[in-house]
Amino acid sequence: MGAIGRNVPRKEGLDKVTGRAKYVDDLTFPGMLHGRTIRSTIAAGEIEGVHLGFSRKGFTIADCRDVPGRNVVALIELDQPCLAERRVRHFAEPILLLAHEDRERLLEAEARIAIDYRETAPNYDPEKSDRCFKEIVIEKGELARGFAEADVVVEGEYRVGHQEQLYIEPNGVIAVPENGGITVYGSLQCPYYVHRALRVLLGLSDEKVRVVQTETGGGFGGKEEYPSMIAGHAAILAWKSRRPVKLVYDRVEDMVATTKRHPGVIRHRTGVTRDGRMTAIEIDVLLDGGAYMTLSPVVLSRGVIHATGPYRCDHVRIHGRVVATNTPPNGAFRGFGAPQTQFAAEVHMERIAEALGMDPVRLREKNAFRPGDTTSTGQKLGRDTSALRVLHEAVSRSDFRAKRRAYRGTNRGIGLALFFHGSGFTGGGEVKLASKASLELTETGARILVASTEIGQGTRTMHAQIVADTLEIPYEKVEVEAVDTARVPDSGPTVASRTCMVVGKILERCAQEIRRELGGRTARDYLAERGPLVVTKEYSGPDGLYWDDETYRGDAYGAFGWGCDVVEVERDPETWEIRPTRITAVCEIGRAIHPVLAAGQIEGGTAQAVGYALLEEVAIRDGRMANAQLTNYLVPTTLDTPPIDVAILENPYEHGPFGAKGVGEMPIDGPAPAIVNAIRSLGLDVRSIPATPERILEAPAVQNPG
Amino acid sequence: MRFTLNGKKRQVQAPPMKRLLDVLREECGLTGTKEGCGEGECGACTVLLDGMPVNSCLIPFAQVRGSLVTTIEGLQGRHPLQDAFIAEGGAQCGICTPGMILAAAALPRGATMDEIRLGLAGNICRCTGYSAIYRAVEKASTRSARRGREAP
Repeated sequence: MGAIGRNVPRKEGLDKVTGRAKYVDDLTFPGMLHGRTIRSTIAAGEIEGVHLGFSRKGFTIADCRDVPGRNVVALIELDQPCLAERRVRHFAEPILLLAHEDRERLLEAEARIAIDYRETAPNYDPEKSDRCFKEIVIEKGELARGFAEADVVVEGEYRVGHQEQLYIEPNGVIAVPENGGITVYGSLQCPYYVHRALRVLLGLSDEKVRVVQTETGGGFGGKEEYPSMIAGHAAILAWKSRRPVKLVYDRVEDMVATTKRHPGVIRHRTGVTRDGRMTAIEIDVLLDGGAYMTLSPVVLSRGVIHATGPYRCDHVRIHGRVVATNTPPNGAFRGFGAPQTQFAAEVHMERIAEALGMDPVRLREKNAFRPGDTTSTGQKLGRDTSALRVLHEAVSRSDFRAKRRAYRGTNRGIGLALFFHGSGFTGGGEVKLASKASLELTETGARILVASTEIGQGTRTMHAQIVADTLEIPYEKVEVEAVDTARVPDSGPTVASRTCMVVGKILERCAQEIRRELGGRTARDYLAERGPLVVTKEYSGPDGLYWDDETYRGDAYGAFGWGCDVVEVERDPETWEIRPTRITAVCEIGRAIHPVLAAGQIEGGTAQAVGYALLEEVAIRDGRMANAQLTNYLVPTTLDTPPIDVAILENPYEHGPFGAKGVGEMPIDGPAPAIVNAIRSLGLDVRSIPATPERILEAPAVQNPG
Repeated sequence: MRFTLNGKKRQVQAPPMKRLLDVLREECGLTGTKEGCGEGECGACTVLLDGMPVNSCLIPFAQVRGSLVTTIEGLQGRHPLQDAFIAEGGAQCGICTPGMILAAAALPRGATMDEIRLGLAGNICRCTGYSAIYRAVEKASTRSARRGREAP
């Protein structure tokens, strides 16, 4: 029996349930120091002086002058200093680094440091920003013609807040001076991002920098780009002290200083005929990037490409901008722009149904993508387009229509959202990345060598299943090498729902070549006759994929996953709290390599989106997160998370391993609009999230309830 | 100070106000107990103190004198919950898992779904949405019930 489609035991499952798995804070090195980052207490201005106020004995102290190479966190643009030089652009910007053997001494020292600033006026309002990180325009057809065909025009503005990734293990690394270079052990998603950042920061050659992933306690995008910063800090301290330095954030520091989901304002103007056909879609997307660029252009890119939702329309114009403000930089978080824009698209869709007096399911049926339709970028959709299928499955499984009628006039509501999500890097991204994966023949099976990290989603297990079935060997005979840049090739970052579909496919090709090479011999015989065998393959996209980054025309993604959520809610008549009572989550993901892991992604992403929709409010006051602790930044507990009925549908993608598409991000796109649409069914006109009781109390009545 | 750790009598020297979490991880070398927030909100540092789940980040070491402390290492991989968490996908990133398993181990036998949800409400998991954890707890509970019946 093959491994694909079977719930084989997770490779590191036993280590995790016994507490044996080693996370970064579980490691110590001889002579190790602890590090601490001293950060700005203003949002904008210049540093005029630093007064230590404690004896330097036993301390290693570093500032921007101690950076051996270039003082930047190398990512898309080299705009972010690793340590502030003179200018401060956001609260909690790193200025100074301390290290000491005793953690307590660091806290005492920190309390004695005084920094003089000359403050300048900060700007926290993206509408007033004078710096645009990236602007994108997508145009299809002729907007004016589309509006001329419309009977009704519906307009609306939708707002989404920050969201903290809130991995339970905070960011942390240990930097160790080794062999004339630096080795960094850390909790991270993208070892080669950190590798490049350290090379630039320290001015070292490739082989002098080594990055090793430790077991990682959650990432969700929050350990995509930020580890390059914290690794840089630990490395500077280790370089200066010539000793290993551990830098692990406490929860407050992690929440105050690290990246969050971009907040945004999304405006829609849609032309529609009386019978519900969309004739023109005009969308404006404005995202708040925070003080530095980080990955903002790519977040915007995914955001605008998904901004129409999964609906066909001949005349579309989408204008997107991500701009600078004086808040800590925002960055990657599961969904990467798409949850923001699809929240707006699906609440707007509900408002169109209300305006037309049309059944919300019927409106979506009428406009949902079918195979052969083209998206806003002109991508022609393939046979694996399942928008209608997921819609019908979710509506019938949840008994949506009967409940919608039954709940009218009560404190209960029900809403739905239809959504899609592109797997892998956007546009030509995968071709540019040119990811590699290797497979090594062993006496008893094979060993996987990839830089794709296990961050909870099941990378090791799922990759081993793909290799096992391709080689036709038992799953247990496939080993997975530790992620260490000295041993594994650059498989690209562990992001963008690409680890299964893209890297898994490269591994499948490696395994096919090993089979050909073996030619029927056993591994043992082959190794005895011919010696070691390692096959390395590079990404090779399906033929005919085309993308133009200048015009934003072409095939944005190799494949899309499709989803539909139905959420039932109850309004507390006393507190106005909205409590979700049941969620139906239907996802079409090509092929479920491991159904339990795939369902785990859907359930987990859905719960995070419940927080996004209702609970998780980042309160920014004077440029600083005012609720940077779990006491007042609320994430869903068992009592806030309703039962989730998951249905996985399969519609194989011909270029995915065994038909698989991506699954990690998509589940977070749908629940927030479905929840808000359920609140709308209670007659409350909510258009921004999180929909806290305060916002719901202030919401006007829906004008034409469905 | 004397206390019983995972069934063995121990004498450990540490400052009385040091957090139990740090004593376990540093003095006792048991790193299976994790720190998630340091303020008693996330439950990642849950251990059993005389059989009751507590946040070890909030317990000063002085408080465990003469008590029984059980950490994840004390279950020795033999608790039915541990197998069930693997089979049902109750552990994803694994950082909340030791605390979650110990909190679940303290649930009454044959706990209802409401009791499970309430009993685990102090343990945050950001990966699973809790569904797989409930399935694991229910599976382990049926298994121990069966084992209980089979016992003479």
